[in-house]
Parts: sequence; C-alpha cells; structure tokens
Amino acid sequence: MSDTTTTAASAPVAPGAETAATRRRVAIARMRDLVLIPPIIAIAVIGQLVNPVFLTSDNIINVLQTMSEIGMIVLAETIVLVAGKMDLSLESTFGLAPGLAAWLTVEPGLAHGLGLLPGSLSVPIALLAGVVIGLVNGLLIVRFRLNGFIVTLGMLIVLRGLLTGISGGQTFFNLPQSMIWIGTTSWLGVPVSIWICLASFAAAGVVFGYTRGGRALYAVGGNIDAARAAGIRTDRVLWTGLVVASLLAALGGLMLSGRLASVAAAQGNGAIFTVFAAAVIGGVSLNGGRGTVFGAFTGILLLYMIQNVLTLAGVPAQWIGALNGGIILVALMISRITSGRAQD
Amino acid sequence: MTSPVVTVGSVSKRYGSTVALDGVSLTIHSGQTHALIGRNGAGKSTLVAILTGLQSPESGTVAFGGRPAPPLGDRDAWRREVACVYQKSTIIPTLTVAENLFLNRQDRGAGGVIRWRSVRRAARELLSTWSVNVDAERPAGDLGVEQRQLVEIARALSFGARFIVLDEPTAQLDANAIARLFERIRGLQRQGVTFLFISHHLQEVYEICDAVTVLRDARHVLTAPVAEVSKDRLVAAMTGDAVSLATDRARPPDRSGEVVLAVRELTGATFADATFEVRAGEVVGLAGGGASGKTELAECVSGLRAARSGTIEVAGTRPRPGSVPAAMRAGVGLVPQDRHHEGFVPLLSIAENATMTIPDRIERYGLIDGRAQAAVARRLIDELSIKTPGPDLPVAGLSGGNQQKVVLARALAAEPRLLVLITPTAGVDVRSKEALLDVFDRVSRTGTAVLLASDELDDLRLCDRVLVLFNGRIVREYGAGWRDGDLVSAMEGVDLDRV
Repeated sequence: MSDTTTTAASAPVAPGAETAATRRRVAIARMRDLVLIPPIIAIAVIGQLVNPVFLTSDNIINVLQTMSEIGMIVLAETIVLVAGKMDLSLESTFGLAPGLAAWLTVEPGLAHGLGLLPGSLSVPIALLAGVVIGLVNGLLIVRFRLNGFIVTLGMLIVLRGLLTGISGGQTFFNLPQSMIWIGTTSWLGVPVSIWICLASFAAAGVVFGYTRGGRALYAVGGNIDAARAAGIRTDRVLWTGLVVASLLAALGGLMLSGRLASVAAAQGNGAIFTVFAAAVIGGVSLNGGRGTVFGAFTGILLLYMIQNVLTLAGVPAQWIGALNGGIILVALMISRITSGRAQD
Repeated sequence: MTSPVVTVGSVSKRYGSTVALDGVSLTIHSGQTHALIGRNGAGKSTLVAILTGLQSPESGTVAFGGRPAPPLGDRDAWRREVACVYQKSTIIPTLTVAENLFLNRQDRGAGGVIRWRSVRRAARELLSTWSVNVDAERPAGDLGVEQRQLVEIARALSFGARFIVLDEPTAQLDANAIARLFERIRGLQRQGVTFLFISHHLQEVYEICDAVTVLRDARHVLTAPVAEVSKDRLVAAMTGDAVSLATDRARPPDRSGEVVLAVRELTGATFADATFEVRAGEVVGLAGGGASGKTELAECVSGLRAARSGTIEVAGTRPRPGSVPAAMRAGVGLVPQDRHHEGFVPLLSIAENATMTIPDRIERYGLIDGRAQAAVARRLIDELSIKTPGPDLPVAGLSGGNQQKVVLARALAAEPRLLVLITPTAGVDVRSKEALLDVFDRVSRTGTAVLLASDELDDLRLCDRVLVLFNGRIVREYGAGWRDGDLVSAMEGVDLDRV
C-alpha cells in the first residue's frame, strides 16, 4: 500500500506483523485437520475403561475392517463434495455393483444367479458397473446440467430397485473365489480390505494436496467461474470426480460382499446418511471447496469407534439405531466446538 | 502520441433483436488510463467482453499492439494480452492467495506432484514485484475487496498482460481505499501498464484518467482527453441531454420539528460516545470513511446491531437494542448498506419485496391478499417512479438504480417516522442517483426524519446537517453549505484541531 495517502485510521499493518499474524492463522488452519484427534483419543480412553477388550489388536482390526468398506464411500463422497456436488446414489452403487457381478457369475438354482460369465470376471464386472453408474451421473449432471442432488436421489432409487429386481429381493450366495478373496485374505495379520482402505485414503491425500487435478477439485467447488477463468476444464473435473467416486463405492461394495461372502438386496441401504455425517464431522463443507481427505478419515473413524464402544458396553442392538443418530448429532457438536467454525 | 495498445475498429454486436454495440471504435494508447463511461445498458459490458475475448464481435476488428486479436478459443493467448478485474470476484475463497495466483499452473516436480514451496516462493516474488503487500499463504477469502483487486491485478500481470480492464473497481471501496488504489494505478502506469477504467463516478475520471470515452445506447458518443471536457459535457454525453447534478437543498434548515431520533452516548465495537438528535423533516448526514464507524452506528439505530452502551430513542420509545422488528415497530425504515446482500430477494417480485415489511397490512384472514399487495406495490412504484412493466416482475430483472428503489420502497411501505439510509446511492448510475436523492428529499418534506450514512459528497449535499465521524467519534458538525474540501479533509482526519 502506498503511504502517501493513508491516514492513521487505515494505515496498513507493518509487513512483519501481518506475516506473523497470518502464520498463526495458517497454523491454526492446518490444526483444523487435527481437531478430531483429541475426541478420538478420548473415546479410546473411555473405551478401554468400559471394556479392556477395546484396545486389543483383534478389536481394533474389527473396527477398522467394518469401517473400511463404508470408508470407501466416505472417500468417494468427499471427492464429490469438495468439487461442490453431492452424490446420494453411492450407497446403491455400493450394493448394486457386487450384486450385478454375483448375478452374472453365480450358478442358477439355489443361488439364483445367471451363471453367464466365469467367476474370474466378477471383480472387473463390479468395477465396470461403478464406472458406468458414474458416467450416467456425469451425463445427467454435467452434460445436461440437471440438479445433482435430485439426479443422484433418482439414481439411488433406480439402482436400489435394480438390485432388488435382479436378486428377487434375496441374497446372493456361493460367490466366486475372486470376490471372497478380497474380504478374507490377510497381509501381515491385517485384512486386505483395511490395506485397500488406508492406501486409498493415502493416495487421495496426495492427489488432493499435491496434484493439479486435486487442486482443481477445490477450485471448481470453491468458485466454478473463477476455476473456468483460470483455464481449468471444469466439466472434465466433475466427470472425473463422479466416475472415480462411483468406482470407489463399487470397490467398497466388493470389500463388504467378500467379507460376508454374500450380497444382500439391501447392501448399503441407508449408509449414505452415515457417510454424509462422517464427511461433515470431518470438516468437509457441503457447499464445496473445503475439506480434506484426512479430516474425512477421522470423521468416519470417530463414528465407528463410538459405535464399537457402545457395543462393548453391552447396549442392546435394538437401541443402536437411535444411538447412532444421537452419536452423529453429538459428534457434529463436538467438531463444531473444537473447530470453532460454523458448519456449512 | 505513443503506440496504441488496443485498437477497436467499428465493432458491432447484437443479442437477438437487441443491438448491444453499433459500430464502436476505440483506441487506447500505451501507458494511458482510459475511462469508459456510460449509463447502464450503454454497451460497456459487451465492449469489455469483446475486448477480453469472451465474446466475438459480429463485425469489426480488435487488435492488440497492431496484431489482430487471437482466436476466441485460445485463452492463453488472450491472457497474455489483456485481463479484466471484475466487480465479481474471480478468486477462490477457500484456497490460499499463492494457489489462486498460480491456479492450474502450479510448479510441479517428479510424477506431477506440486512443489508447494516453489509455488509459494513464486507467489511472494510476484506480489513483491508489483508491491502488493499481501501474505501469499493467507486464504484468499480473508482478503478485503481492495487486496483482492490487487491480487487479481498481480495475477493478470503475471500472465504477461500489460493492458488491464478495471470494471468499476471503486464501487465497493471507501474513500481511503480509493485513494490508495489510484496511487497504485499511477505507480503501475509508470511501470508501463495501460488501464481501461470503467466507472460511474465522473469525479474519479477526472482524478485518475487521461482520456475518456462515452458510450450511449450502444453507440460511441465521444472520446477526448479528460482535460478538455467539462463535467457537464460528459453528463450530457452520457444522458443525451444537458443536466446538472443536484445542487444544495434550497430551503432553510427547519429546527422546529419534534425530535424523532435521540441517540445518547452510544458506544459500539467501532464507534464511541455518539450523541445526536434528528428532528422530523430533517436530513442528517453521517459522513466518514470505511473505518469511521458510520455504517455500524447507522446499523445500531436500525436494530441490525446492538450497541455496547448508551441509548437510542425513536419517537419517544426505546426499541430493544439489536432487534429489527422492535426498531420497525418504533417507526424506523432501513435501506441497508449492501442491497444485494440485505436489500432484496432477487427472485421474488417487486410487490413481494416491497411489502415484506408490512405483512399485517396485506393479509386477510391470515392469507396474503394479492390484490392489496399489488395495490400497495403499484402506489410505491408510482411514487418512486420505478421503471417496470408491473409489480410482478422479479427484482433480479431490474437495473441497479431501480433495484435500490425497490429497497427504498420496502423501507417506505411501513410509513416510517425515521428513514435510515446507508450508502444508498452506491453503484447506481448518474440518473438513478439523482432520482434517488430527489425521493429522499421528498420523503423528508413530508415530515419524516432521515439519517443518511455515506461518504459520497453528492449524497451529503442533501443534508441539513452533516456529522463527520473519524475513528469512531463524531469530530465535526457542518450545517448546509459546507465546502467539499473541508468535509473531505474532516472525513480523512487531516484537520483535527478541534478534537
């Protein structure tokens, strides 16, 4: 600022002072990523007091594994939310993708599949289904400029209905070996699905923070006109985001089917609410442009740890539903208090 | 004469049946600051869109430094020639300043991984080259309008452009910030940057620009060196007929009316110890720059904020502090500072917006009576001469001046005893400004007290008395007939001998 025309009232702060103040602000901004760490530690302590089983490696692996499948949808939703859109259909993709793979590969008869294709193709089929669903979402939202919330709500219902249709409302059993493998194999004593989940989050963290494509997601979600003016191909960013999100949801669905060795017609039903709650608790903005992969990870981790503690405390299963809703609200309040920022 | 940076040769453009530009020519020379003025709808925006490569002209030519303009699709080539700093921010608020500067061209190392350290260093270098004192690591959303504009200018320069269009850069700035911006423009001009400066304020044209071009009804009317055209001639060129700006109110101050507003020892976050009265039929100005506290003081009176201590008495009652409904019941009508933010709901009709303050008067049996609503709206449309085909038009479809009239209609619908106006003519064209000032005058003549917070001399000329705020304190009071220089220096805090 020029000094010739300024007055005492509005003289610019000395550069050094401003920098120090901003450094602190930047530091605090980075800290916001870590706001859920204290509550996570607190829950771990409480869990251990409630039941000494809590901190055993078996229990921790159990928590991580049940979390890993839905964690994939949280990661998927984080991509879409940061880009300024919403995808409700992810929970149905989570069920339909492995359902379709099972339907096409398992033998007719007891398992009521079609048995058209060899079992070795089941995983590629599920992933391909994810990509196709993402492309349909992209077509409707990006190409035809339809409202993303309503489009994906419609897709949620359609895809759920398709799964009910092909399965006759029943559960697929006798899944091919390649589908079971993903949910049953362990490396270094840790199930593959946990490795996949952690690796996906880590990779996404790098992409979000350190690549032009990842930063383009933030730019598009933060101010799409400014992003376009900066030469970002905003439509391509949204297409890619939606397709990758559906792909991750399909992968998550495969992980759950593999662990349970079956695909139920209701797989993933209602999961989207937990997913949104985890993302928001983790600091991802529903208005786009704000939030980190790490934050989303701590969000879902916190939710699953609280549920686990409740189970260990012997809370009857019938009450878990009501408590889950309550947990989400309490977790929202906790993150509102610890981040000191209005949630949007 | 130096070489031309931009040459526009008889460019025409139409949208459907509307002619937006009709054979407009324009030459801007290197190192000049060239003003482009004209009333809303004169074709300024279309010309800017063509100059920045967002629209292609139907006929005519655009050339930069003698070379024809690049093809429309080649954004990078355009960015090397020209940039526009729009009123609407093109900054992404959730990202840092550094990232905004190098968005989509961040420095990358092996495997396409962004090297943040190098991005930040480049941003710091860029900002210091053009002496922009902004921390590169701040989130851009924290920047004020002034800093945001400087960052956008620096970004434009970093692409190699040395010709920059400023679209009403002063519309959201206070007097101090405008002075700093002008100083900055002069500095950049010395470094060889050429500006096209779009403004509603003729004063600014005289202050900062070398040459001026006037558009009217899609046509080019006049281009001349600023020193050779009088203000009256510019206004005439813009409006098509000779008018002079409103002069002082030709009436003696009336001190006989009852006291409608009595503020005593009011202290808030940005002002302290304000004590004053406004009588019926009186227009009292609160003058001061952006940090003077005038806006906050006026917002306290209207109930948008609560003061820390002190009292506000409106027509003998003391409305609950910080409550707009209470202030309205006491008889306060408000035209808030930012009409887009607090003034109206853009997609609702004029009738709905104008009657928003008086739901009880347009209801029958608990349901809104559309006919009563339309009647109230039609009366206000007539009174304020709002240009619209009817009361059902959404406010979003009106021009800035007419939108502000709707905000005023909303305040007047409840027949207030005290009208609080906060920077009521910001961002409207000369004609609309005059019409608005005329309405304020008429309202006060019916016995309504008016409190007008502004730093625009044209607004303040309407006042019977002007209270000048500086650093949150009332430092001066002027009766009608003050001199411009005195008032401005008091607002800037230059002469404080009486404090």
